[in-house]
Amino acid sequence: MIVKRPKLSWWERTYFPAILKGMALTFRHIFRKRVTLSYPEERWELPKRYRGAPILLTGLDGQEKCTSCKLCQFICPPEAIRIVGGETEHEKEKYPEEFTIDMGLCIFCGYCEEVCPVQAIWLKDEYELADYDRNDLIYTKEELLKRGRRPPYLPGIEKPLDGSE
Amino acid sequence: MIAFWDAYGMTILVPAFVKIVVILAIVMTGVAYTTLAERRVSAFMQDRFGPNRVGPFGLLQPVADGIKFFFKEDVTPREAYRPLYLLAPLITLVPALIGFAVIPFGTSIEIEGTVHPLTIAPDMNVALLYILSLSSVGVYGILLAGWSSGNKYSLLGSMRGASQVISYELGMGLAILSIVVATGSFNLREIVEAQKGGDGAWAFWFCLPHFLGFVVFVVAMFAETNRLPFDLPEGETEIVAGFHTEYSGLRFAMFFMGEYAFMIMASALITLLYLGGWNFPFVDWASFGPVWGGLLSMGWFLGKVAFLLFVFIWVRWTIPRFRYDQLMDLGWKRLFPIAVLNLLIIATWYLLKGSPS
Repeated sequence: MIVKRPKLSWWERTYFPAILKGMALTFRHIFRKRVTLSYPEERWELPKRYRGAPILLTGLDGQEKCTSCKLCQFICPPEAIRIVGGETEHEKEKYPEEFTIDMGLCIFCGYCEEVCPVQAIWLKDEYELADYDRNDLIYTKEELLKRGRRPPYLPGIEKPLDGSE
Repeated sequence: MIAFWDAYGMTILVPAFVKIVVILAIVMTGVAYTTLAERRVSAFMQDRFGPNRVGPFGLLQPVADGIKFFFKEDVTPREAYRPLYLLAPLITLVPALIGFAVIPFGTSIEIEGTVHPLTIAPDMNVALLYILSLSSVGVYGILLAGWSSGNKYSLLGSMRGASQVISYELGMGLAILSIVVATGSFNLREIVEAQKGGDGAWAFWFCLPHFLGFVVFVVAMFAETNRLPFDLPEGETEIVAGFHTEYSGLRFAMFFMGEYAFMIMASALITLLYLGGWNFPFVDWASFGPVWGGLLSMGWFLGKVAFLLFVFIWVRWTIPRFRYDQLMDLGWKRLFPIAVLNLLIIATWYLLKGSPS
């Protein structure tokens, strides 16, 4: 590679043109639009498929959709998911007695969502998950279901709980 | 004692005390809000907001910073030489503050027949020398801080600071000398009056006839205040904040305040020597009345100082740091000859024209 070494004129070698050019640039930037987001007041518009807090979904009958197949537990890279299966009278026959996700471990990779055969687990666009106690970061089944009570759902596949489209 | 009070109390002591309080208040407020301005302007130049949460527009941020500095732990490293380590911040801060004793802030205020010039020590005929010597004392603070910290990086920073002083102060001294040649005075007030121009009309500021000296002096002032592009004693990216690496809490705040107070003094000096002080083109401040004239002249002077402070910040966030050898090159091979040339031109001019005073 040939590095160009242009011959500088006398005026350029005084260093002044470069300084003035630089100062003009920084001055112009004062009036530019700020890139900072004033966070609590302004919020980032999340992408449609943002992977935030994991949730459990319920079907139209109000039952949790999870069949306790434990695929998500096996694929979870940091082993954050723990499921204790149990039998149920419902036609799906199996359900999770316990379903806990340790959010201190979760890496938001979305493998659980991808691997789930019944679309029971979902990563929602919720990202303010900080807490003061590690034990509060272990989400139980009830909490995960409660977080799942609101959209977003995937149009065409998931339906909102109240039956409206 | 009572006789002394009767003779000088109301004419000298009380006005001097009031002036000290007012000017110190102005300077310290200036220091506080220059730190805020630095942070906000730098943020604006980088398309950010800067600190804008404490109070409206972040205006209470300096207060919050001050409270924080008070409650921080003041650590002395084990390897430090304690007496000098504790003294060094004071040696930096105090010269920067007492320098303001001779800086005239405006014309004068007349109250009940007594004329009070807006300076703490109004008729000091060696004011310029006084400031020059104080500014050199400030370097002792840096040198002692770096040495007594017992830290390699601090020592490197202070050595750089010391050698930096040698390389730019020659050019600065010669630039000032040409001003002295032109006015025949070391008194800052007389220097400003000399820039009033013929019959008070068109402002004849020294930055035009002394253009070379102006450039040299401004560059030297940037070096004097240890700010980018000449912040070699600090050099965060190279020597971890240099001479004040080991300082924390209120002692660090003293270095900080010293730097910003020096910045204000440098701006005031540039204004007084080259930008005509409180002179406004075609305006005679005395025509506004005995009190308002003085206050308005002070406002105009402080306005110029504020603009120069902005330039200081502006340059800091534009130009990268000089390499060590480049600074020596600039000081010895560029600024010094230019200053000599400037002095020759000015001296020849006044030799041919006749003595100025």
